[in-house]
Amino acid sequence: MAQMTMIQAIKDAMRVELQRDPNVVIFGEDVGKVGGVFRATEGLQAEFGEERVYDTPLAEAAIGGMAVGMATQGFRPIMEIQFVGFIYEAFDQIAVQAARMRYRSGGKYQAPITIRTPFGGGVKAAELHTDPLEGLLVQTPGIKVVVPSNPYDAKGLLISAIRDNDPVFFMEHLNLYRSFRAEVPEGEYTVPIGKANVVREGSDVTIITYGAMVHTSLKAAEEIEKTRGVKVEVIDLRTLMPLDTDTIVESIKKTNRAIVVQEAQKTSGIAAEVIAQINEKAILHLEAPVLRVAPPDTVYPFAQIEDQWLPNAAKIVAGLNKVLDF
Amino acid sequence: MSKPSVAGVQDKSYVVAVQEVKPLSVLGTDGTVVNPDEMPKLSDEQLKELMRRMVFTRTWDQRAVNLTRQGRLGFYAPVSGQEATMVGSEFALNKDDFICPGYRDMPQIVWHGLPMYQAFLYSRGHQHGGQIPDDVHVLMPQIIIGAQYLHAMGVAMAFKKKGEKRVSITYTGDGGSSEGDFYEALNFAGAFKLPSIFMVQNNGYAITTPFAKQTAAMSVAHKAVAAGITGVQVDGMDVLAVVKAVQDAAERGRNGEGATLIEALTYRFLPHSMSGDDPSKYRTKEETAEWEQKDPLNRFRTFLVNKGLWSEAEEAAVVEDAKNTVAEQIKKAETTEKMTIPGLIDSMFETTPQHLEEQKADYLA
Ligand SMILES: Cc1ncc(C[n+]2csc(CCOP(=O)(O)OP(=O)(O)O)c2C)c(N)n1
Repeated sequence: MAQMTMIQAIKDAMRVELQRDPNVVIFGEDVGKVGGVFRATEGLQAEFGEERVYDTPLAEAAIGGMAVGMATQGFRPIMEIQFVGFIYEAFDQIAVQAARMRYRSGGKYQAPITIRTPFGGGVKAAELHTDPLEGLLVQTPGIKVVVPSNPYDAKGLLISAIRDNDPVFFMEHLNLYRSFRAEVPEGEYTVPIGKANVVREGSDVTIITYGAMVHTSLKAAEEIEKTRGVKVEVIDLRTLMPLDTDTIVESIKKTNRAIVVQEAQKTSGIAAEVIAQINEKAILHLEAPVLRVAPPDTVYPFAQIEDQWLPNAAKIVAGLNKVLDF
Repeated sequence: MSKPSVAGVQDKSYVVAVQEVKPLSVLGTDGTVVNPDEMPKLSDEQLKELMRRMVFTRTWDQRAVNLTRQGRLGFYAPVSGQEATMVGSEFALNKDDFICPGYRDMPQIVWHGLPMYQAFLYSRGHQHGGQIPDDVHVLMPQIIIGAQYLHAMGVAMAFKKKGEKRVSITYTGDGGSSEGDFYEALNFAGAFKLPSIFMVQNNGYAITTPFAKQTAAMSVAHKAVAAGITGVQVDGMDVLAVVKAVQDAAERGRNGEGATLIEALTYRFLPHSMSGDDPSKYRTKEETAEWEQKDPLNRFRTFLVNKGLWSEAEEAAVVEDAKNTVAEQIKKAETTEKMTIPGLIDSMFETTPQHLEEQKADYLA
């Protein structure tokens, strides 16, 4: 098995699928020769040709519309939106056109489109390059939303996304692209969309989270185990739509306490949904209210105060203490 | 400034350069041939078929307006006045060419093969209206103005990649030509040299806004220049001119010569939609009367009668057939099984996720 960073694993997934299925195509701004601003597609044009991997003019709505049009003719487009903040430009094509294709056509047409975009804070990027927009996407019926937290999952989930016959929004956290390596199998394998992963077993309290916050939460879990002796379970959601509520409920039955950690602004996001699900399905198993650890409802801040704004291990530990002491 | 460099068409006066253009016409308003060089090659039977379809479409439109007033149709955008553009442009295509319509473009997709009762179901807000039969190469009509331009561009990209000699065609109004999607589609089609035909049915108004307030451009067709594609203007009340313009554009597309923007100058005789605008508030009687002089049916009828190809009896038979067909098709739409919430839920994803299965259960109980 090879050791790969997340960006290498993502590229590997696309290579495997380009090889396997001639209908897979990749396009977007600068994805061809240089392989995108983060080099996620580096070398793929050289290997598969300009017919399969190609640059488009600078126009996000048209990138989205091209994907929708090609999808109706049997292609499986992987479109790259260079940075997450620019999906607003393409939002009609994603939320209105791709996500509603199956519904509008009564099942006749589908939109097997993978929308890849980098997002995620802690890297001091320019404005609108990192915004966690997953809540907005999850509120859009007809679209799946995937956020991997490590190289193994990234490859397996991306292959699942490409093979999925519905549009999948695949969010790649900037801070995880090259921060560590992990074992990634050669060739094809899938990680199913819609299944969470218990990344740390525990018995006293559960942290439910996703993306880069999985790593921050694991750090917080280590710390509180050392200082207070409690065993923290950590769930990596991996997929935000559809949400794996079974895994969440199983964990609540075991630990009876939970917090939800998200990098996105507090109100009406993924954490709110997770808590609503716990209320509906496991309220009698709770010993304390489920808390959210999340940034305030402001615009994503300029780089100078980004570190203060984002949840960190100390804030997560404080949240854990609160539900443990309730 | 030189004209767009498309082989064989530079010398035509209706091809856009940075100067005023004169629309391509074949027939004068009196039904006589004014431009024999541009006469499309059509058999007598094809000429009659064009007339049949225009008459049928006019009757269908009148019936649909009535059905809407009776509450038997939902959203409906009238088409009377635009038959030459709609019928003629579809007629110029092959059956496997692909149509990406806007909300007004029902005639094109029905003539391309969509069963009429499905058009009625679409209007009535039933999903089955969009379940296009497998051998019919169209999408369901687009509500987001301009989005269909991008889809037609994407469809053309697919044809090009597969090496298929098919073209895509899409439509919007003069208002739609102001949308960002419109420009992005033209630009992509130019950059990738795609076999797309972009039609603008310039009927003078976007809901109530007149064309003069829509753009300061000399014409819609001029918008092709910046995208590096062929732009032409055609008399949209002259069915033969429309057929010719679209045939030429399709041929360029199939020959690898890229996309064409066609501005058809036309007029809608009725309101924008049946949902409440009153044309007398934004246009004059004189204006409407002037356009009625150019009624595409009258012009073409005169042409055919002069050739001995058309009679009152034939026309009456078409009207009768249209009325019967509409009656039968609306009945079929009205008796189609209703949509259900569980059915709606199941149409979100290929495999319905568990949370939606749970939500579905609430409606099955
Ligand atoms: C993106 C978008 N904006 C606004 C509307 C509302 N709207 C529906 S029809 C219309 C006017 C369109 O005029 P035009 O493109 O000239 O077409 P016509 O109806 O005249 O055929 C407007 C503004 C819409 N459907 N989509």
